[in-house]
Amino acid sequence: MKNTKDFYAGLLFTLVGSAFGWGALDYQIGSSARMGPGYFPLLLGVLLALLGAVMMLRAALFQADRLDAIGPWAWKPLVAIISANLLFGVALGGLPRLKLPALGLMLGIYGLTFVACLAGERFKFKEAALLATALAALSYLAFVLLLQLQLPVWPVSLAGD
Amino acid sequence: MELINHLALGFGVAFTPLNLMYAFVGCLLGTLIGVLPGIGPLATIAMLLPATYALPPTSALIMLAGIYYGAQYGGSTTAILVNLPGEASSVVTVIDGYQMARKGRAGPALAAAGIGSFFAGCVGTLVLAAFAVPLTEVAFLFGPSEYCALMLLGLVGAVVLASGDLLKAFGMILLGLLLGLVGTDVNSGVARYSFDIPELTDGIGFIVIAMGIFGYGEIISNLSRPESARQVFTANVHGLMPSRQDFKRMWPAILRGTGLGSVLGILPGGGAVMSAFAAYTIEKKTTLQPGEVPFGEGNIRGVAAPEAANNAASQTSFIPLLTLGIPPNAVMALMVGAMTIHNIQPGPQVMSSNPELFWGLIASMWIGNAMLIVLNLPLIGIWIKLLSVPYRWLYPAIVLFCAIGVYSTNNNTWDIWMVGLFGIIGYVFIQLGMEAAPLLLGFILGPMMEENLRRALLLSRGDWSVFVTRPLSAGLLLAALALLALVLLPAFKRTRDVAFVED
Repeated sequence: MKNTKDFYAGLLFTLVGSAFGWGALDYQIGSSARMGPGYFPLLLGVLLALLGAVMMLRAALFQADRLDAIGPWAWKPLVAIISANLLFGVALGGLPRLKLPALGLMLGIYGLTFVACLAGERFKFKEAALLATALAALSYLAFVLLLQLQLPVWPVSLAGD
Repeated sequence: MELINHLALGFGVAFTPLNLMYAFVGCLLGTLIGVLPGIGPLATIAMLLPATYALPPTSALIMLAGIYYGAQYGGSTTAILVNLPGEASSVVTVIDGYQMARKGRAGPALAAAGIGSFFAGCVGTLVLAAFAVPLTEVAFLFGPSEYCALMLLGLVGAVVLASGDLLKAFGMILLGLLLGLVGTDVNSGVARYSFDIPELTDGIGFIVIAMGIFGYGEIISNLSRPESARQVFTANVHGLMPSRQDFKRMWPAILRGTGLGSVLGILPGGGAVMSAFAAYTIEKKTTLQPGEVPFGEGNIRGVAAPEAANNAASQTSFIPLLTLGIPPNAVMALMVGAMTIHNIQPGPQVMSSNPELFWGLIASMWIGNAMLIVLNLPLIGIWIKLLSVPYRWLYPAIVLFCAIGVYSTNNNTWDIWMVGLFGIIGYVFIQLGMEAAPLLLGFILGPMMEENLRRALLLSRGDWSVFVTRPLSAGLLLAALALLALVLLPAFKRTRDVAFVED
């Protein structure tokens, strides 16, 4: 089968549709005149699961020769971008369970920029450092001074609270 | 005469220094992200939504609207000079615009795009002002079954006009509708699909979904392609003025594009991208005048018509939002979010309850278009310089602004975890060739649709025939059926396939 894009898209729809439909059974379904919280999600979930099944069948049986395969996965950018985001979240919120205090916006920006830069073709330390400094200055100006967003800017212990 | 009074009120609101400033900021940002490939109005508006909390609602909406139609201007600059659509809606402008630039006619191409956009923007705004009042009166005739039918029509429209596979687009809509149901059910108070996580009982934030899928997902996908050598035609931009001959050729094209864009913008599911495609297809069908360059080789009509169409459509797509409260496309779905943030329920009552917002927004669009033509033609040099900013500096900034944006919506790191999750999901969608715009539309409409379906069937005591016995709702359902039939007809299917091949 060459048409893997459509097949896996169908599989995804079927799995998610079934999951939502299954979950809907836990809620009261009711009747069409008096719909319970489960009615609409059950309806949509079944529809989505059926649609996914049709897509899988079509990809496997009728359009099997259509060349539409999934491209190679870009693991490096995927991991780098998502970890940059997670790291930033940890910097802003800390990890209370590990007793890690919040590091604040400024350190978070440096962390995010360095990790995000790893996603590119070549990583240049100097360039990343410059970019991070520029972004930190810009963010301080725009978000802290101008828009006055409620963000922890500095590490908790340094800020004295 | 009433219209003039309304517009006078609107201009009074829009001409205050504060609102002028926000209109300018919106247009400037819109042009900026329009010029930069890889970041669109959807992600930008999502990023800036939290920042508009502090603004008065009218100023916030004026700015966000400016980003949307400003992006339509900026996108053409990149299309013409770099052979890359700065914006999805300028995909077709690339074809003839870049060829004109290669022949040393970048100036006239930019001017044609700018003038076409300006004219279309002004007409689109007028259409919006003229149709708003009568359509609002129609809206008051709507009951729950009509709203339900209208949303169905909108979703079918989104499927029909989405690029690619129909089944996939339907699936994305269903997925969006389901995701929209996560959280506390307003009727029963049951927290659905929330897994006892307190944050999930409020539902998934649409900012999180929009930024994850359209911000992170796109970035990951962009980075997987090697940074190709871009050839920017910067030296060639001299002599912006099109020749007399150019003017003679582009005017009819601009008029056709404007008309088409205005109509397609109003249709649910329509919007800037589809209008540009349709306008280009129509221009290609007309016969060439003697001595005219064929399409695909640098015909000025191939720039003027789609640029006029996408700008007209971006103005008129505000009509269903402002009169019926139903977003016709994903960007308008974000505008619903912007309005609800400020406690304004989009719908026919906005015009009477917030007239200064309603008419101020419309008037600001005209002012914005005037600002944009100045920003985009005499100041073109600045944007050309901007095109030389490499993507490897740009994407960490986008990641950062997305992360700050989602955090500041609730001041909670939960949203940062969620945006990461949706970033992964967004990348999977791209890998599987699933277009995500219908999902966002479904997500916004999900709870509204359930609510209206419930009410309609409660009133009819469970009788589903209520949707076909009430004439208005029957008409809307018929229109949805007609749209579906249209796609399945072989003739239209072929044009649709051709239109999306260039994507």
